[in-house]
Amino acid sequence: MQLGPVTRAVLGVVTTVTLALIYLPLFVVLLNSFSTSESLSWPPPGFTLEWWGRALHSTGALEALGTSVVVALAASTVALVLGTLAAMALSRYEFFGKEAVNLLIVLPIALPGIVTGIALNNAFRTMMGVQLSIWTLIIAHATFCIVTVYNNAFARLSASGTRLEDASMDLGAGLFTTFRLVTFPRLKSALVAGGLLAFALSFDEIIVTTFTAGNGVTTLPLWILQNMFRPSQAPVVAVIAVILVVVSVVPIAIAQRLTAKDAATVSR
Amino acid sequence: MTTHRVSAFLAPRRRLQVAGLLTAPVAWLGLVYVVALAALLITAFWTVDGLTGQVQIQWTTENVVEVFTEALYRTVTLRTLGIAAAVTVIDVIVAIPVAFFMAKVANPRARHLLVIAVLAPLWASYLVKVYAWRALLSADGLIGWAGAPLGLDTPGYGIAGVILTLSYLWLPYVIMPIYAGFDRVPDRLLEASADLGARGGVTLMAVVMPMIKPAIIAGSIFAFCLSLGDYITVGIVGGTTQMLGNLVYTNVGAANNLPLAAAISLIPIGIIFLYLAAVRRTGALRSL
Repeated sequence: MQLGPVTRAVLGVVTTVTLALIYLPLFVVLLNSFSTSESLSWPPPGFTLEWWGRALHSTGALEALGTSVVVALAASTVALVLGTLAAMALSRYEFFGKEAVNLLIVLPIALPGIVTGIALNNAFRTMMGVQLSIWTLIIAHATFCIVTVYNNAFARLSASGTRLEDASMDLGAGLFTTFRLVTFPRLKSALVAGGLLAFALSFDEIIVTTFTAGNGVTTLPLWILQNMFRPSQAPVVAVIAVILVVVSVVPIAIAQRLTAKDAATVSR
Repeated sequence: MTTHRVSAFLAPRRRLQVAGLLTAPVAWLGLVYVVALAALLITAFWTVDGLTGQVQIQWTTENVVEVFTEALYRTVTLRTLGIAAAVTVIDVIVAIPVAFFMAKVANPRARHLLVIAVLAPLWASYLVKVYAWRALLSADGLIGWAGAPLGLDTPGYGIAGVILTLSYLWLPYVIMPIYAGFDRVPDRLLEASADLGARGGVTLMAVVMPMIKPAIIAGSIFAFCLSLGDYITVGIVGGTTQMLGNLVYTNVGAANNLPLAAAISLIPIGIIFLYLAAVRRTGALRSL
C-alpha cells in the first residue's frame, strides 16, 4: 500500500511506544532484582547482588523449575500427538460434526481457567476417586494445550494443499509412507511452533494448576505465588522472572526462523 | 509388512481414516473435559449438607435461582462484562496499528525482531507481571512518581488498575493473530487497489479490513475470555473489586459450596458460548 512518510512515521512511533510500555514493567522487575528495597518501591534506594546469589541457591525455586519443565514437556508431547491427529482430520476430510470437534478443541482454553480447574478437580477427586498428583496436573495441562498445536498444524496443512500428497499416493506410496515422507516434513516447523506455544502455556499456567496439582507438586508459578508476598523472597522472584524472559528469547527465535523459512517454501 | 497391509486396506476407506485420526483426540477431550464439565453443571443442581459440608445428591434449583435473581450476582456480572469489554477494546485499538506496522511497514529483518520482542514478555511469569503492576500502581510506585510533576496521580488499586493490568497481560495475544492476519493480505492486492486509484484510507477500509476481520475477532476472543474468568489479577491490583472468578473461587475455597460455585460459573460459560456462537460464522475460531 502506498503510505505517506507521515503515516509510516506515526505507525512507527505507535509501535515503539507500545513496545516500550510492554517492557516497562519488566524493566522495573529487572531493576528490582538488584534493588536493596524488598518491596518494589520506586526509585530503588540502592543496588545489591544479594538476590541473584540467593536465587541461584534457592532449592525451592530450582525444584519448582524442574517440576514445571517436566509437566510442560509431558503436556506438550500429548498435545502434539492429539493436536496433529485432529488437524489432519479437520483439514483433509469432510465429515459430519466438524464444527463440533473444532469447538471441542477450543473450549478448554476459551472457558475461564477457574471453571476448567474446578470441573477437573471435581471429576478427578469425586467422580473417579483419584488422588491429585503430577499426573492429574499433566492431564489437565495437555487438555488446554491441544488447541495451540492444532491451530498451527491446521493452518499449515490448509496452506500447503494436497497436491504433493496426491502425487505421492499416485506414485504408489501408502498412507503412512506419504505422511512420513511428504506431509510430516512440511508440517514439522509448524509443530515446533505449536509445541513451543503449548510448552509456554503450560509453563506459566496457575489457575487450573491450583486445582489439579497434588500435594507436594509445586510448579514454578505455584512457588512464585507462595513466595511473591513474602518480603525476603519477593526480589528472588524478580530474579527468576528476569532469567525466564532472557532464556525465552532462544526458543522463540528458533521457532521464528523455522516458520519463516517454511512459509517461504510453502507459498512458492 | 503389516503397515503396508493396513495402509492398503485404509487407502480407499476415507471414513475409517477420519475415525482413526479423530478417535484419540475426541476421546481425550470428551472423557477428560466434556464429562468433567457436564458433571460440574449437574452439581449446580445439587446441595451442600449444612452440617458436614459434603455435597449431597439432592436435586434443587435453589443455587441457580439464587444466582439469577440476587442483585450481587447481577452487579458483579455487569462489572466483569464491563472490565472484559474495556480490556478487549483497548487491546484491539492498540494492536491494530502495531500489527500493521509489523506486517506491512517494517522490513523483514525488523519484522523478525519485532515478533520476538512481542512474544518474549509472554514468558515472564503472569504472576510476576501482575506483581510488577502492583508495584507500578502503588502509592510510592513509578506511575505516581512519574506523574507527580504533571499533577497526575496513580489510579491505585481498583477497577482502573485491573483494566490496565489485564490489557497489558493479554496485549501480545491480541497482536499476534492480527499480525498474522495482516501478513496474509498479499501486497499485490494493496498495489492493485492503489493502481485503481484508491487512497490509503480507502484501501484500508475496503480491502484490508474485510480480510483481517476474523483475525481481529480471534484476538478479541483471547482478551475477552481471559479477562472474563480472571480472579488472580483482581486480587492483586483490584483492591476490594470482585469479579465473577472471585465469587467462584470463594465458594470453592472458603465457603466450601461447590454447587453454588458451579451455579455461578454458569454465567461466564453462558456468556462465552454466546460470544463464540456470535463470531462462529466469521471463521475466527480457525485463526486463533
